[in-house]
Amino acid sequence: MLRIGNAQGFWGDSVDAPRDLLAQQPDLDYLTLDYLAEVSMSIMAAQRAKDPALGYARDFVEVVKSLAPAWKAGSKCKLIANAGGLNPQGCAAACATALREAGCTHLRIGVVTGDDVLAILKSRADDPMFKNMETGEPLSSMLDRIFTANAYFGSAPIVDALAAGADIVITGRTADPSLVAAPAIFHYGWGWDQHDRIAGALIAGHVIECGAQVTGGISTNWLDVPDIANIGYPFVEMEEDGSFVVTKPKGTGGVVNEQTVKEQLFYEIGDPGNYISPDARVSMLSLTVQDEGNDRVRVRGAKGQAATDSYKVSATYRDGYWAQGMLTIFGRDAVKKAKRCGEIVIERVRRAGYELGQHNIECIGTGACGPGLFPTPDLQETVLRIAVHDAHKEAVERFSKELAPLVTSGTQGVTGFSAGRPRVSPVFGYWPCLINKNEVPYEVEVVSI
Amino acid sequence: MQIRLGDIAYARSGDKGSGATLGIIAYTAQGYEVLRDHLTADVMETYFEPMGAVSVKRYEVPNLHVLNFVMPEVLAGGGSRSLRIDAQGKAVGQVALEMPIEVPGHLIQQCRKATI
Repeated sequence: MLRIGNAQGFWGDSVDAPRDLLAQQPDLDYLTLDYLAEVSMSIMAAQRAKDPALGYARDFVEVVKSLAPAWKAGSKCKLIANAGGLNPQGCAAACATALREAGCTHLRIGVVTGDDVLAILKSRADDPMFKNMETGEPLSSMLDRIFTANAYFGSAPIVDALAAGADIVITGRTADPSLVAAPAIFHYGWGWDQHDRIAGALIAGHVIECGAQVTGGISTNWLDVPDIANIGYPFVEMEEDGSFVVTKPKGTGGVVNEQTVKEQLFYEIGDPGNYISPDARVSMLSLTVQDEGNDRVRVRGAKGQAATDSYKVSATYRDGYWAQGMLTIFGRDAVKKAKRCGEIVIERVRRAGYELGQHNIECIGTGACGPGLFPTPDLQETVLRIAVHDAHKEAVERFSKELAPLVTSGTQGVTGFSAGRPRVSPVFGYWPCLINKNEVPYEVEVVSI
Repeated sequence: MQIRLGDIAYARSGDKGSGATLGIIAYTAQGYEVLRDHLTADVMETYFEPMGAVSVKRYEVPNLHVLNFVMPEVLAGGGSRSLRIDAQGKAVGQVALEMPIEVPGHLIQQCRKATI
């Protein structure tokens, strides 16, 4: 049996979680950390533009430092993370420096590269493969604005790195579940044609890839979940037949039960009968989820088929600027007053000579998360939120200057402007497409510290 | 008898491009039967229509008592582009669980959740 944990569900998750999970579960064989959401690469690209040595999740270096004492004390737990972002080599170099300083010179770092396909996309704007998978738009429609493009690698490069003796594997864009499937494939020596077993490991990866989301976090019955402040991060006990138990360390908060596991199984899933990973196409239609009590849930019965010939590509493109601002309004007719305040801001931007491409005025407390679905209540207090978007930075900057004047010209009871002027940020659009696998060879390098 | 969807099901939502994904999970086998018959893609699309939902797709997962919905356009731009407070569809599950649904009175007890 193989224990694989996850202690980072996204870039910005708890910085203590990896160290804590390993301390709570010292017999963990692998620790996996997921840093890359759909548009994370665009943030990393912006950082790399300022400093070519950057372009990866810098938090990860701190995590590596926090794990160094355990490794020094003899822990054999291996670490797999897609923290490399756009610069896995740079990330590995920073980690090597940190580990050298910490006296962990016995470790070896595997680095996976080759997922950056920006140059290929740029050179073939009319290739139908590179159409936006969701909208069908041709790449040529945004070619002048394309910013990053990375193929989602699967388990193979990580398996190669582990086989070459890596203790830490740093990748760029990798399909999240493959971070977990790779060590299972390596440990059990599964062939690439053992689709059902690989499918089981991919499901395991999917279930734990978002960390605390399977241990009670964001669950429907969250109020009933005990001791969230001390929430445990998940690990799986992966069996050789592809089945697994999802659980968490004893003595931690949160809960793992049938409900939390089923919820996470269906997090951001399209067709449950055809979940496409670079390693296999997976069906959940024969899965069983069995709650064994004591925060242990057994998942069996995943079915897999051979993977497709293409990788999914996640590309990003420059898409103008946006900003959001909020003000609190208290008193009679609070919603009516808030709406009018919002309209005044937009009108003043217009009078200043800027026609905003898009704007949205919301009154928080009136069902803003389900706009149009709920009757507007007569509130005594609401938060006005205005969000705007425009292709031109100047228009959005002008908006950011028009909120504060409401403190004196707005309605009585307008308050809560302590956050200052709204920050103007660039927007990066998301462009999913496909690319033939044979066009994107991966490279694996394993280096000593 | 009219109840709210959240009385007999729980949910998990997230974003996929400019749309949302939404898993609706029945607490019981009986609840799944009721939802399979009544909570069609059309019903879901009508409910979410004010938010911009179009071409809602439903996938049945009888082995886990789940109906999985894919709802294009419902986030008005999605993760990086929507100007809404819930750009990433985190609250879509809670919105869905407020949906009123008709359940035959004699079946309600068999559909309700046991405590966590």
